[in-house]
Amino acid sequence: MDPIIRFENVHFTYPEGEEEILRGVDLQIEKGSFVAVLGHNGSGKSTLAKHMNAILLPSSGKVLVRGMDTADEAKLLDIRRSVGMVFQNPDNQIVANVVEDDVAFAPENLGVPSAEIRQRVDAALRQVGMYDFRMHAPHLLSGGQKQRVAIAGVLAMEPEVLVLDEPTAMLDPQGRGEVIQTVTRLCREKGMTVVLITHHMEECIGADRLVVMSNGAIVADGSPAEVFSQVELMEREGLDVPETTRVLHELGLPTETLDAESCARLIAEKLR
Amino acid sequence: MLKDVTLGQYFPGNTVVHRLDPRTKILLLIFFIVALFAAKGWVGYGVMLLVTAGSMAISHISPKNIFKGLKPMIFIIVFTAALNLFYTDGTPVLPGWPITWEGVARSVQMVLRIVLLIAGTFLLTYTTSPMALTDGMERLLGPLKKIGLPIHEITMMMSMALRFIPTLIEETDKIMSAQKARGADFENGSLLQRAKALLPILVPLFVSSFRRADELAVAMESRCYHGGGGRTRMKQLHFAPRDLWALLLGAMLIAGMFVLRRFGL
Repeated sequence: MDPIIRFENVHFTYPEGEEEILRGVDLQIEKGSFVAVLGHNGSGKSTLAKHMNAILLPSSGKVLVRGMDTADEAKLLDIRRSVGMVFQNPDNQIVANVVEDDVAFAPENLGVPSAEIRQRVDAALRQVGMYDFRMHAPHLLSGGQKQRVAIAGVLAMEPEVLVLDEPTAMLDPQGRGEVIQTVTRLCREKGMTVVLITHHMEECIGADRLVVMSNGAIVADGSPAEVFSQVELMEREGLDVPETTRVLHELGLPTETLDAESCARLIAEKLR
Repeated sequence: MLKDVTLGQYFPGNTVVHRLDPRTKILLLIFFIVALFAAKGWVGYGVMLLVTAGSMAISHISPKNIFKGLKPMIFIIVFTAALNLFYTDGTPVLPGWPITWEGVARSVQMVLRIVLLIAGTFLLTYTTSPMALTDGMERLLGPLKKIGLPIHEITMMMSMALRFIPTLIEETDKIMSAQKARGADFENGSLLQRAKALLPILVPLFVSSFRRADELAVAMESRCYHGGGGRTRMKQLHFAPRDLWALLLGAMLIAGMFVLRRFGL
């Protein structure tokens, strides 16, 4: 199947900056997949995300969304409608004083007829489980709830890809759980393509694919189990690996599993 | 102290006043202000007071909330009262006193005028969601777009400002606590010292506001915001028969006040 987002040897330097933030990224994201991008601060993972809906344009190379070049000004709205983006700080992406008005913002911008906006808003709020809060004031919601409203605001555009740029960085553990669960469900049940940018290792375990970024380049790419099994590489990058992987690695056992139960079984077999 | 800010607050409800079209309510407020300034005598002020009290009763807004909104204006109100009390010529209340009967009457009327003005404005913001309010304004001022005024941009700025009032209040509280934890003193000292103590609050607040504005702009662009052209609204404004009746009543109020004024009442 054709990838929905394709990076072709993308380099990026800020106009006023000296340092190259992206150094030749090649990446293809398949429709319907859940891709996690892991990396610590300054690895270029947020810059990578901002290339996916043409907020930033590559200095050289190409980004194609559904075959549309992000540098093509005429396709800008089409690209942004296809790739919805959720950011780190929920307060700074909510534009209205009432939840449902905020969710309506994107379809209103797109010129969708009123009756259809109403349907989209209700559907989006139901998908993130915030329908009962539709008349609430956003500033009175918890961080996790605000972030789910932000997700609904993007879903109302009916995008094909949902890109989340560190959506949980400012949330408490409960809010983090709410957001990751919502996103996972959207991918598994609705077939939404999800790109989750994060520096929390635990959030990547449920993904189909894990991409590790360091210093503006992709250093590992594969299933979470495959990537985490490269324990030395992860340690060199200053990234955590799941406890199960660490235990198996230290015992010198194969580390192809992330599941606590199968990990226990492997250790039991070894002991026998 | 920051909890008292009532600017841009909205009390959801389902009364007739809440259901009126925001455009009607904005126009009614203008009518109300014109009528208020046309009031001359006690009868006129009495009518305005009744109209205000009646509107509050219909829209289920308790006087407590109106008084809460008046609190920040207390200085201006007292100042106006004092000024009129002492600087109006006429017969003294007691021989030799600087206060005159005319001054007392005048200052009561001026205070009434300010209080009713504020109460009327709060009635509008309390019963209209900020989104509806700015939407109504955009529509009312719409014709000015033809002569090149950026009406959409102005109303969008207004609605963003209203949206961020609670967020910025929260942030100010946080910064104040942080500074207090490091020994900052906001309550004691002379006025100048207290004003100086506010500087370490304003600087971070300013810096973070710029960062917020930046992030907000990116988020809005990501949600396909591209100016006012081609936008639709989820909640369309409907001009119902009740709006016509309300406007008629408003016009009658103005006419009535001018009649009373003619007779010096």
